Amino acid sequence: MAEYKLNTPLTDAAIEPLKAGDVVFLTGVIYSARDAAHKKLFELLDAGKPLPFELEGSAIYYVGPSPAPPGRPIGSAGPTTSYRMDTFAPRLHALGMKASIGKGKRSDEVKAAMREHKGVYFGATGGAGALLSNSIVGSRVIAFEELGPEAIREMKVKDFPLLVINDCHGGELYVKPDLEAALKGA
Amino acid sequence: MREIQGSAVVEAVAGMCRKGNTELPADVRAKFERAMAEETSPSAREVLRQLLENADLSMATKLPLCQDCGLAVFYVELGDECRVAGGNLRDLINEGVRKGYGEGYLRKSACDPLTRANTGDGAPAVIHFDLVPGDKLRIAYMAKGGGAENMSRVTMLAPAQGWKGIKEFVINRVAEAGPNPCPPTIIGVGIGGTFEHAAKIAKRSLLRKLDDVHPDPRVAAMEKELEEALNRLGIGPMGLGGKTTVLGVKITVEPCHLASLPLAVNVQCHSQRHEEVEL
Repeated sequence: MAEYKLNTPLTDAAIEPLKAGDVVFLTGVIYSARDAAHKKLFELLDAGKPLPFELEGSAIYYVGPSPAPPGRPIGSAGPTTSYRMDTFAPRLHALGMKASIGKGKRSDEVKAAMREHKGVYFGATGGAGALLSNSIVGSRVIAFEELGPEAIREMKVKDFPLLVINDCHGGELYVKPDLEAALKGA
Repeated sequence: MREIQGSAVVEAVAGMCRKGNTELPADVRAKFERAMAEETSPSAREVLRQLLENADLSMATKLPLCQDCGLAVFYVELGDECRVAGGNLRDLINEGVRKGYGEGYLRKSACDPLTRANTGDGAPAVIHFDLVPGDKLRIAYMAKGGGAENMSRVTMLAPAQGWKGIKEFVINRVAEAGPNPCPPTIIGVGIGGTFEHAAKIAKRSLLRKLDDVHPDPRVAAMEKELEEALNRLGIGPMGLGGKTTVLGVKITVEPCHLASLPLAVNVQCHSQRHEEVEL
């Protein structure tokens, strides 16, 4: 397991060495988007309109933060479950997105897209939203404000702690459940 | 007939929403610490370390433990010798939710299922009412996050499938959910009743303390057997592998139709956010 410090925008050269299990501290700008925002991004793409941020080299964070209390740039901001964005991720990878950040399993289609377009899937610790917010130093809504917690935010991160779950070589960190052991005697 | 002021209900509910989202229950913390001592895998230990640090930070800053402050779920027991003055109990609870989620800077996650439009204030809550003897009002609150709730299932087994079928279903469900619901999870199991009642008692089981032992030795043995089986899956904290896939299994068994064996599995994330008050 290696440790990397990476900056956005992400390049093929930055993604290629990453292996499932590596720890990455990400610094720069990432964009929040979850179910409703992805739907709207696809409406823009289908209509041939520009997106609210540059996809090339981008990292999309599947998060809907809690409201920022006075004196903090953001509220709690941990990852949501990623599979709900699986229908969207392949096309975004094809258009230049380099990384998605979330928790939980990805589909075979998303894994294939990461291999084809040199993408990576990072995991952040689910349920550690207060702690993760410490690595977010700035946040502003840049699109779809009407979506409230699901609006797209540009987030400035400093050493955001991530784990490589799926790398661009087909490697995966999640363990396969040992059904046989669990069912033994059941 | 004892009278309970509506304003007391609103304040109590608002307080539970704030506290429940920012203070990790002591029984959950104790389980994290025990799991930390038992896990040998560095990634499992690192996840648990982060969760403990997260709980300390949440307590100190009042930032919610998780950005998903859940859909507010309540189990209410109203004593038949008391009444609530100053408003309808359901309305008062929802007013408390709006107050607690607003003042606590908690994320409001209630939305229309089809248009997906957010209601904007965290309400309406899902409220289960029960009438009980006595002159007290007990309200239990649970912040039920979407990620774990999405991994839950209800099924109608054939009676012949019995305990073996129940175990297989629960084990397969937790295996299939894998890393998605933020393991180590707590598994609420409802056995019996009807289609909807099984789900209701599965969720209610999650209100029990993690370290309690079911008063019925038969059910206590079932809980222990299932917990041990689930921890043999090896999913571990956040799905990174380890001995701790579940922090506990809580089962409720109730009578059912002779043709049925209803079974509900309600998955709860590791932080098990819940609070209870008696008025």
